[in-house]
Amino acid sequence: MSTLKERGALVAEAARKMDKPVYDGDIFNKTPEARRELQKQSPKLATLEEAIRKSGLKDGMTISFHHHFRGGDKVVNMVVAKLAEMGFKNLHLAASSLSDVHAPLIEHIENGVITKISTSGLRGELARRISTGLMEEPVVFRSHGGRGSAIANGDLHIDVAFLGASSSDPLGNACGYSRSPNAKSICGSLGYALPDAQYADKVVIITDDLVAYPNTPNSISERDVDFVVEVDSVGDSSKISSGAIRDTKNPRDILLAQQAAKVIINSGYFKDGFSIQTGSGGASLAAVKYLRDSMIEKGIKASYALGGITAHMVRLHEEGLIDRLIDVQSFDKVAAESLMRDQAHKEVSACEYAAADEPGSAVHYLDIVILSALEADVNFNVNVLVGSDGIIRGAIGGHPDTAADSALSIIVCPLLRGRIPCIVDEVTTLITPGKTVDVIVTEYGIAVNPLRPEIAETLRAAGLNVVDINWLKDKAKSIIGDAAPLPFGDKVVGVVMNRDGSVMDVIKNIEDPEL
Amino acid sequence: MMFVPGNNPGMMADAHIYGPDSIMLDLEDSVTMTEKDTARLLVYNALKSVDYGDTEMVVRINPLNTPYGKKDIEAVVKAGVHVIRMPKTETAEEVIEVEREIEKVERELGCVGRTKIMAAIESALGVVNAYAIATASPRMMGIALGAEDYCANLKTQRTPGGDELRLARETIVVAARAAGIDALDTVYSNLDDMETFRKEVEFIHTLGFDGKSIINPRQIEVVNEVFAPTQKAIEKARTIIAAIREAERKGSGVIAVNGKMVDRPVVIRAQRTIDLAIASGIIKKEEENV
Repeated sequence: MSTLKERGALVAEAARKMDKPVYDGDIFNKTPEARRELQKQSPKLATLEEAIRKSGLKDGMTISFHHHFRGGDKVVNMVVAKLAEMGFKNLHLAASSLSDVHAPLIEHIENGVITKISTSGLRGELARRISTGLMEEPVVFRSHGGRGSAIANGDLHIDVAFLGASSSDPLGNACGYSRSPNAKSICGSLGYALPDAQYADKVVIITDDLVAYPNTPNSISERDVDFVVEVDSVGDSSKISSGAIRDTKNPRDILLAQQAAKVIINSGYFKDGFSIQTGSGGASLAAVKYLRDSMIEKGIKASYALGGITAHMVRLHEEGLIDRLIDVQSFDKVAAESLMRDQAHKEVSACEYAAADEPGSAVHYLDIVILSALEADVNFNVNVLVGSDGIIRGAIGGHPDTAADSALSIIVCPLLRGRIPCIVDEVTTLITPGKTVDVIVTEYGIAVNPLRPEIAETLRAAGLNVVDINWLKDKAKSIIGDAAPLPFGDKVVGVVMNRDGSVMDVIKNIEDPEL
Repeated sequence: MMFVPGNNPGMMADAHIYGPDSIMLDLEDSVTMTEKDTARLLVYNALKSVDYGDTEMVVRINPLNTPYGKKDIEAVVKAGVHVIRMPKTETAEEVIEVEREIEKVERELGCVGRTKIMAAIESALGVVNAYAIATASPRMMGIALGAEDYCANLKTQRTPGGDELRLARETIVVAARAAGIDALDTVYSNLDDMETFRKEVEFIHTLGFDGKSIINPRQIEVVNEVFAPTQKAIEKARTIIAAIREAERKGSGVIAVNGKMVDRPVVIRAQRTIDLAIASGIIKKEEENV
């Protein structure tokens, strides 16, 4: 017979050998509360100010944000206003992207709260002011895949991530949608926030719907979350895009879409099991419509659609024409809701989506991508960031990632936007290198990169109007004439990183057009 | 034939990229009184500077009984327009009067006979005089129905089925055929109802019209589909084109196909059939030696 008491000496001996303490039963106090009540005392629950204080944030550190609410985002302005109020200075703001709605940052830049910015894009007044030299340090621009890589490999170290979520439980299991009847917002995928959640030193979830544990299936795991802050609103979902499927009625977009669809159908990649990504522009969406007709007619199905997922893609998926949806960002409410309820509609992180150094990233297995452009040049280089007026007015997004890794990259771009030529001698800023761009579709003809002669041949054989890129550039010039040179200054206001972490181009300041 | 307002430079600059057979730049109903001079200047410069490729260029002028008609003719003939479209044509005399004005300008330029005329028939009197109008001048290349004014004149209104237009349509086709010129149907202006538009195009194609007036590039595809030539017509056209190529190679001017002499208009029609088939996507450009 052996008893606990009798084995006490042996327990002490084993503990001594293992250099561990002996179990002390007295220090365990069982809590009797019902667990629905207990979770309300989660140590992670905090006000925004408490969370900031407890996170250990100091002047000079890096804070990060995602842009899944796009034009409806409220988190960046809310958090930075609080940081300013608390007296923080000299912070590095690393967002997945910034837009028109973030104009209040101008004041915080002027007051020294924010002194450095990393982002995929800038728009509106903030972009105009930065273009004309608002900041001392240049803004660092990365693609979505490039940002994922930089966070993962430590190039972009995040001290505290402030991540908006449409639902979270008190432990930090968070989603870009809410299954509760109190849901206030929806943005769908939190793909661009996932690297931040995984790699930031501290993670603060900011939610407008605090739901009971467990908020599963979850996008962001409680394991990565340090604090959960409940607020009135994290974003205006109506501004991620309108909820309904809209078909463009712009004849030029329709023409571009028809041509892009014809390029795809005749490219040799339009086969059963192909994969595709499209943008959210009118021409891209319309191209999907024409592709759909052809897929039905020819009995071709896609294995997956990638990227920013739209209502159009959801419809094709629900019709059985696309097997899986891989969603790093939901472009509209229909896509966001589909992500919530459909197992075959999968959320992925920016790294799984498009990181160059992630062998399993979805772009590696992408056949076809349709992209837009502000400008393309005779070497097929593309600019999606800086307008022809020298003012930043866009975002790199996944443009260079998808162009580089897809089997066939198609740029859809009108030859002229009003009086602005879009096929030029040299792009204002290099974003997507010409080597990675295969086809440029304009309303005046289709240019094929000389590196892909087999594509030119097959498109010609299909009766498409394949033209020399120089002919397009000359055509634009013949209509518009030569543009006056842009009044750039000597200050570098932006640095464009390649997705491999190298520096590819810089953006110089431009004279303020309103002065 | 795609209608493009003569006061919209953006639309005029790229109307041809959508591939209509012809473009009608409008100086008449789509331009307000206050913009008549501006529009004339814009249309003149568009014709002079935009490369419309092989698109047939038409300008709808204001009637000669307005202060603008003569100036319109002078400007567009000088700009090298292919066809002047007369609005609200009711009598052969009106055609002759326009022809006189055209000739005056052409004589000055040394290009007499260059400019063709098409007349829009938009009233009961015009329908009654359709054949006389169609044959009023050797420059006449087509007559067209303008349904809105016609219905107003007839004291009726347009219906989806188009019963009110039946006599006018049939009269215009018959007059055009008798005169050996083209017949063009009126516009359909509800862009959101492509189904009814298609039915109407099918109907007027059956009546014998050569084409349809359109107001938006989105309508082009439907018209091309309905007017796409049959396989039989394509085969016949191919035989003719092959024969003419062979004759050119041998240096012979006159050819015969299946015992019938083939002259220039026949070759042009054959080429048009092939072009239409390519435009409609039935055959590929590479397959044809075009």
